[in-house]
Amino acid sequence: MYILERDALGRLWDVLKRQGFTIIGPTLDQQAIVYSEIDSADDLPAGWTDEQKAGTYRLKRRQDQACFGYASGPVSWKKFLFLPSLKLWHGRRKGKDIQIEKGKKEKPKLAFVGVRSCDLHAIGIQDKVFLKGQFVDSHYQCRREDVVVVAVNCTEPGGTCFCVSLQTGPKVTAGFDLSLTEIIDKKHHYFLVETGSPKGEKFLEALPHREAQETEKDEGKKLMEDARRKMGRTFDMANIKELLYQNAEHPRWDEVAQRCLSCANCTLVCPTCFCSNVEDVTDLTGEYVERWRRWDSCFNPEFSYIHGGQVRHTTKGRYRQWMTHKLASWIDQFGSSGCVGCGRCITWCPVGIDITEEVKCIRGSPPAAEEGPFKKENDR
Amino acid sequence: MTDPMVPSLYRVARFSRETHDTFTIVLRPQKAEKSFTFAPGQFNMLYMFGAGEVPVSISGNPLDKKTITHTIRAVGNVTQLMRQLKTGDRVGLRGPFGSRWPISEASGKDAVIVAGGIGLAPLRPVVYQFFARRKRYRRVTLLYGTRTPEDILYKRELKRWRAELDMDVHVTVDRATGSWRGNVDVVPALIPRAAFEAGRTVAMVCGPEVMMHFTVRALKERGLGNEDIYVSMERNMKCAVGFCGHCQYGPYFICKDGPVFRFDRVERIFRIAEI
Repeated sequence: MYILERDALGRLWDVLKRQGFTIIGPTLDQQAIVYSEIDSADDLPAGWTDEQKAGTYRLKRRQDQACFGYASGPVSWKKFLFLPSLKLWHGRRKGKDIQIEKGKKEKPKLAFVGVRSCDLHAIGIQDKVFLKGQFVDSHYQCRREDVVVVAVNCTEPGGTCFCVSLQTGPKVTAGFDLSLTEIIDKKHHYFLVETGSPKGEKFLEALPHREAQETEKDEGKKLMEDARRKMGRTFDMANIKELLYQNAEHPRWDEVAQRCLSCANCTLVCPTCFCSNVEDVTDLTGEYVERWRRWDSCFNPEFSYIHGGQVRHTTKGRYRQWMTHKLASWIDQFGSSGCVGCGRCITWCPVGIDITEEVKCIRGSPPAAEEGPFKKENDR
Repeated sequence: MTDPMVPSLYRVARFSRETHDTFTIVLRPQKAEKSFTFAPGQFNMLYMFGAGEVPVSISGNPLDKKTITHTIRAVGNVTQLMRQLKTGDRVGLRGPFGSRWPISEASGKDAVIVAGGIGLAPLRPVVYQFFARRKRYRRVTLLYGTRTPEDILYKRELKRWRAELDMDVHVTVDRATGSWRGNVDVVPALIPRAAFEAGRTVAMVCGPEVMMHFTVRALKERGLGNEDIYVSMERNMKCAVGFCGHCQYGPYFICKDGPVFRFDRVERIFRIAEI
């Protein structure tokens, strides 16, 4: 383990930029902390944190100048690997003939700075979807291949976080090049650095650093232990697949459907949701056409349309599909849960539906009858 | 490697009307040297320029490597446009995708093919396969149901199969019209008197879900097990390669785990509404 001083953090940008990387990291935008291209360490949301509850997200000032003192915001890294909209190909009609040309594959050199453990697991899950199956999504592959990951160990979990329950955090364990644990004591603001790959070691060499002392290592350990205790939520994953498979017909689905607006927020903020639609766009002459792939959601009514109607024509059917896929059938399809415990779906649900609470209610069936249809679940 | 999301261009070699709302198109690759192989049960994504793409089962002969045949019902924007296709028109095509009917599994056994409506189209390649190697199989039975006699697909072929293929063909309609003198009943009602022996039979079923449900029940009453029955499922499809999520069916993507499933794999979810 090594020490990188706070003042030297900016050097990381210099090193990455010199090697041609575009750096994506956390920054303030539209009253939230989002991941976006950032030019220097000065763009980090130093001194800010967030307050998260079911259906609530607020920025707050911190007492200190911590650069990474907040939990996950509405944006996840999937936006940069699995693009929200992507041109797959374009075609032209000339008389009877049609010519089709593939969309250009972009191969940007991306460096992700500030990746949390939950999101690192989420990237691993999307890798399985797009790279490890019968077919490979070459667009995703091109963008993913050379990504540099500078992870941050979470010391400030949010009110809707539950990575500990899913064993996906708060400390990163694999899939990163460098990891940082931010430590601030009375006079000293620094990062405990670990390397996770030969590439990471090279980056570190280019940065001013020194070996960490035992007291500093202990401080890092202590922060991680504190973080584990500060999780906003817990989630009992025991036999989750069997639980949901056995309860495909359960009154709780009707109850949650009373509150769910089928707005698709949960699927858009989810770092693992991967559904997409295709759309053909023509010009006015109708002789030129582009096919675009865009993020889609199983909550959209037309998502399940087949001749004559929708397979999932009720919100109940759609919510059950989403949650059962995320927590149960995902395991059958990809060998792990589709949930990483980041809590985004809880925070960004406009009516505060809490996936951990829904599972709890199904587990403890029959559900309590006194819960009104629009009652918010208990927030801590 | 070619990108599975980009269609290749095909030319309509023949267009023929089947019924008032169904038609068959025979496609030939634009690049003549290209050959086309598929397994019975698989499907293609067919693309109409500027209009969009639809999943369609392959209904032609798997031994014909030069052309590729689809029987289509005009039900949506894209398929309505396809109905107006003419010889020489261009169609985009991706695939073939998906799982196959259990042709080799039926070797040495009785085979029962049960089709409802346009569900006969994805099963026709199976009949062609049996035709090519008839001796490999014991008794072959086709049970086929449509709404009315006017909806019966492949009429001439049905007669030929009965005569030349040593195949039991039974057709039934929900509602008799005109001079129909045949069965008036639902398809599952044909199963009790079909000629097959439990324990030595493979059944292949394709049609509306409710029809498949009662068919499976009737087959089980004749002593068939879940492992002897195969069904072909349908859901919305966009990418056909397991990326888009639209064809999610319980723990499966129909585009790559299906469309053909051995019934024991889907029994748990088969009757759950909105799955």
